[in-house]
Amino acid sequence: MSDRQLANSQLGSLEYDPAPESAAIAKLKPSYGLFIDGEFSDAASHGQFATINPANEETLSMVAQANAVDVDRAVVSARHAYDKVWSKTTGAQRSKYLFRIARLIQERSRELAVVETLDNGKPIRESRDVDIPLAAAHFFYYAGWADKLDHAGFGPNPKPLGVAGQIIPWNFPLLMAAWKLAPALAAGNTCVLKPAETTPLSALVLAEILQQAELPLGVVNIVTGDGSTGAALVDHPDVDKIAFTGSTEVGRMIQQRTAASHKHLTLELGGKGANIVFDDAPIDEMIEGIIDGIFFNQGHVCCAGSRLLVQESVADEVLRRLVRRVEQLRVGDPLDKNTDVGAINSAAQLLRIRELTAFGESEGATRYTSSCELPQKGYWFAPTVFADVAQSHRIAREEIFGPVLSVLTFRTPEEAVAKANNTNYGLACGIWSEKGSRTLWVAERLRAGVIWANTYNRFDPTSPFGGMRESGFGREGGRHGLEAYLNV
Amino acid sequence: MSDARLDVRKTYKLLINGAYPRSESGRSYEVTSAKGAFLANVAQGSRKDVRDAVSAARAAQAKWWNATAYNRGQVIYRLAEMAESRRDELAEHVALAEGVNVRTSQKKVSASIDRIVWYAGWTDKVAQVLGGTNPVAGPFFNFSIPVPSGVVGVVGVQESLEGFVDAIMAPLCVGNTVVALASETRPTPAVLLGEMTSASDFPAGVLNIVTGLTSELAPVLAAHEDVDGLDICGVTRDAADELAVLGAGSIKRVFRPRENETDSSLRRLRAFVETSTVWHTIGQ
Repeated sequence: MSDRQLANSQLGSLEYDPAPESAAIAKLKPSYGLFIDGEFSDAASHGQFATINPANEETLSMVAQANAVDVDRAVVSARHAYDKVWSKTTGAQRSKYLFRIARLIQERSRELAVVETLDNGKPIRESRDVDIPLAAAHFFYYAGWADKLDHAGFGPNPKPLGVAGQIIPWNFPLLMAAWKLAPALAAGNTCVLKPAETTPLSALVLAEILQQAELPLGVVNIVTGDGSTGAALVDHPDVDKIAFTGSTEVGRMIQQRTAASHKHLTLELGGKGANIVFDDAPIDEMIEGIIDGIFFNQGHVCCAGSRLLVQESVADEVLRRLVRRVEQLRVGDPLDKNTDVGAINSAAQLLRIRELTAFGESEGATRYTSSCELPQKGYWFAPTVFADVAQSHRIAREEIFGPVLSVLTFRTPEEAVAKANNTNYGLACGIWSEKGSRTLWVAERLRAGVIWANTYNRFDPTSPFGGMRESGFGREGGRHGLEAYLNV
Repeated sequence: MSDARLDVRKTYKLLINGAYPRSESGRSYEVTSAKGAFLANVAQGSRKDVRDAVSAARAAQAKWWNATAYNRGQVIYRLAEMAESRRDELAEHVALAEGVNVRTSQKKVSASIDRIVWYAGWTDKVAQVLGGTNPVAGPFFNFSIPVPSGVVGVVGVQESLEGFVDAIMAPLCVGNTVVALASETRPTPAVLLGEMTSASDFPAGVLNIVTGLTSELAPVLAAHEDVDGLDICGVTRDAADELAVLGAGSIKRVFRPRENETDSSLRRLRAFVETSTVWHTIGQ
């Protein structure tokens, strides 16, 4: 079917009625305190900040702003819980607490999905089908490890590190909390978790879940705030381990600040993933995979396939189909079950996306932007594809962290590998080809921690995730994920 | 006049890209035995030598990693064979460098050679011990393999041979290439070992050894953006702190000693590998 035939057919003109999920399901409270020593309390300064819905800029709730005094209180609580309780709790008991938490997340999954979508701006389809189920799955997976650490391949009786300070980003708020907390608790550490400034709410609902699970007081503490809160946690002398997910810029600073200390560190940082398309790839699946690779979660994904490398012989066809598919993406109300692309998480992020895409045009790339209608209020960016991108362009080098795809071409597998590796990052890559031997040949040569072949943006608690080079070090997920929280 | 034969002394040079240049700076420095006797004028490597060594290591890395694990094991084992055949010479230098008697130095050399053999056996086992398949909930074949970080810098191991062997062999056997700064005061055993790699089929650039002043060269290596990992077990706590901060500039993997650690060898093997996880669809 040609593009024109498609546009004129019934398929091309299908309309969708709105199918919104109810915001009331979130049952949000007007304000939330810090979660320290098992209970909610005000910040020492009584400071609060508003967390807003990025889809309409309305305030969802007021959240406590923790300062160094509050962070200290949380670390003291975590240390006390470690010394007095958690280090004396058997692996089998820790395991059962984690299983409880996993079940409670499942029980409250619909509520959590709505909370996540309201606070983050991501489509309810994604928070419902990806974020929340995967968060529960992570607790389930690591629950089973807690009493089997002797068999994890790190020698007999591996010891926890102590108090872990964990700083997570805003792109998958609850899922990142689960990625951090589940392995840390399974390994026997206690935690101070610092959610992202713009997305604190699902972690605070998780705090309620921890209460329902009757997790011993102080084993998990959650301090909300901005970058200064995170810095106080990084600098606290009684923290044994820092686990950070976020930008390479901040990760570098954290490594510099902890390098001369006793603190263990793992970093999950930025990326500029190459999605490599060979001419024999099955085109329909591949187009969907490219779309999923870059527009999933509005492109707010560290492992996003933001650089598309297409073999020259199929480049025109792929670009034509891509542009058509981008035009069909449904952008709008994140609570609508039919929405494909939701709101940009914050005004600051929107500004960064606009700045970098402006460079795309001024440096000579060809821009295709969806003609979709964007809502009047809130932070929105229409899905965009840049063709004729050169490796030297900023949009090919820098992480945009938004719904923006840069398309480059190659002729030979060697050239594809060289271009894919031509970055300081090393987080994720995709390979699309029907030829298994070539896929494995390319996979062997890519400097990336995760490689998806004929798929993209798949996550699983059993599968180690993490970067090489300036995308950070350490793994989350799988047996490997335990290493980050054991003194081995 | 005595007619005793005058021995032919050796010039101690750098090992860069399979060749043995003097320092491009033309400098050398005097190395003495532990008891203070003149041993040699050893090449005093420069910043440029370190950068050249890193370039060589980078260029050699893909070849070393794309060789089979079996082949890497053979090459490393061959080094043990070469060291065995020159063990008396090594022992003599260890004795001079460390001021121990020959019996003790013989023991140290034996332990070092046995350690090389141990690492030779690791090359084709690391992937099975550190990797595996992951039972993801979906129609995918998912496996994780340990792959090398890339280029690893080894800084100033003070102990002349045994410690040096551990520091270079762990990253080499998992597929990294290495730029090592030999002990500043006791470099000659490391230089000898480097010479043996030429007779052991090590591809040029896989192991590079720079002699010189640690305080001058280590910061260059630690800050170099094309170095992926850093082993700083050989320097003092304060110096290591400084190097670790420099290494953070390009998010390097930094390996440091831990208190009360009896055997760090497995931690060392894990320190400079990255877990690479591949998902492949399963379907008809």
